[in-house]
Amino acid sequence: MTEVRVALPAHLRTLARTGSEVRLEVVRTPTIAAVLDELESCYPVLRGTIRDHGSAHRRAYIRLFGAGRDLSHESPESLLPAAVRSGAEPLRVVGAIAGG
Amino acid sequence: MSEVRLLVGSKKGAFILRSDSSRKDWSVEGPHFAGMEVHHLQGSPVEPDRIYAAQWTDWHGQLVQRSDDGGRSWEPVGNEFSYAGETGTHQWYDGTPHPWEFKRIWHLRPSYEDADTVYAGVEDAALFRSGDGGKTWMELDGLRNHSTGQDWAPGAGGMCLHTILLDPGNPARIVVAISAAGAFRSDDGGRSWSVATGGLSSNYMPDPTAPIGHCVHKLSMHPSRPDTLFMQKHWDVCRSDDAGRNWTEVSGNLPSDFGFAIASHAHEAETVYVVPIKSDAEHFPPEGKLRVYRSRTGGGEWEALTEGLPQENCFVDVMRDAMAVDSLDECGVYFGTTGGQVYASPDEGESWRAIVEHLPRVHSVEVQTIP
Repeated sequence: MTEVRVALPAHLRTLARTGSEVRLEVVRTPTIAAVLDELESCYPVLRGTIRDHGSAHRRAYIRLFGAGRDLSHESPESLLPAAVRSGAEPLRVVGAIAGG
Repeated sequence: MSEVRLLVGSKKGAFILRSDSSRKDWSVEGPHFAGMEVHHLQGSPVEPDRIYAAQWTDWHGQLVQRSDDGGRSWEPVGNEFSYAGETGTHQWYDGTPHPWEFKRIWHLRPSYEDADTVYAGVEDAALFRSGDGGKTWMELDGLRNHSTGQDWAPGAGGMCLHTILLDPGNPARIVVAISAAGAFRSDDGGRSWSVATGGLSSNYMPDPTAPIGHCVHKLSMHPSRPDTLFMQKHWDVCRSDDAGRNWTEVSGNLPSDFGFAIASHAHEAETVYVVPIKSDAEHFPPEGKLRVYRSRTGGGEWEALTEGLPQENCFVDVMRDAMAVDSLDECGVYFGTTGGQVYASPDEGESWRAIVEHLPRVHSVEVQTIP
């Protein structure tokens, strides 16, 4: 089991009624998909807000960062960077910069 | 004493305005869902403290929240909108077939029978229904699978189902409007649909009288006379007395028959309100004068209502869902603007006052009259 930290953007914190970070115990191999699955399992209200319902594709205006890398275009089955797996750094869910 | 509650959806959140039946002093609560675009909120006619709200952002897509205490607290409900069966295609801007893709909710309509039943009009145009208070949503796919569906095309604002009219005396009757496909009517609870655009003419279409392609902006219906419908179209104000089978133009002496919003008086079936907008190219009031026009003759003859409204240098717009009426004895009329004002008239439109200003761009205004 791996404890992973996930940092959420403002709207999702409000929606999930959490602080800026949540800690998840991930039983499966800690891939991007496994962590997002666990996040949605613990906070069902976040389903559809980071990944599309059905396809589970990352929403176009969401980015995933970790350990100084942009993981947005990595395969969902990619292992998270070691610093995220160890809990030293969070997986950051980031909303794209937007105006208006 | 009665309470009047305005449900205001805006570009950056929702606001709830409350007053007693005098409609003089208003409290403003909000923003709820701060920072999110709220296209529409609507209360249940069965349980007025049950309110549904649709929030949307580019980042996180569609959310739906529900209140059971008149808008003071909210709980997220279901946000999964999956088209039923084969998705199929509609026309894209370049004339090519384009698969239906869910983008957002434009309109919510709770039923007259059951507070847990609510309809959602969405982009790409389709009608969804929830029977469990918004937790789950199912498409009424007879509409999207209408024989003309493959020919529907979006307007510049997308292909949205933005109007849902229910008949309080006949749950089987549903009328919807879609930009820019037209209007459709079901008499079997949404299983099958017929085109409801007979008699419309739109010069922006290659065949102006074709059944499909009219950019209907909004419909209104008086509950006592559900077969009589009024329409604000992308040019033309029209009426039908046979539930949309045939329409006649009733623009009459309006300074412009372009506009978005239209509303029926709460008690007089032949009284209707519009806010003329200069043109499809210039979305603001003619001559910079914000005027509501009222017809007491079911269209054709219109009078300008201007007392209390800005009559110079006014260049706001009034969106399709941003005008509504209360049901007090002296019917109150309300509308919101893209400049963030909400105007109220407690006297059927004779006089107006901005009851709040400087809100974000107002998308929608709905009214609840609480006994």
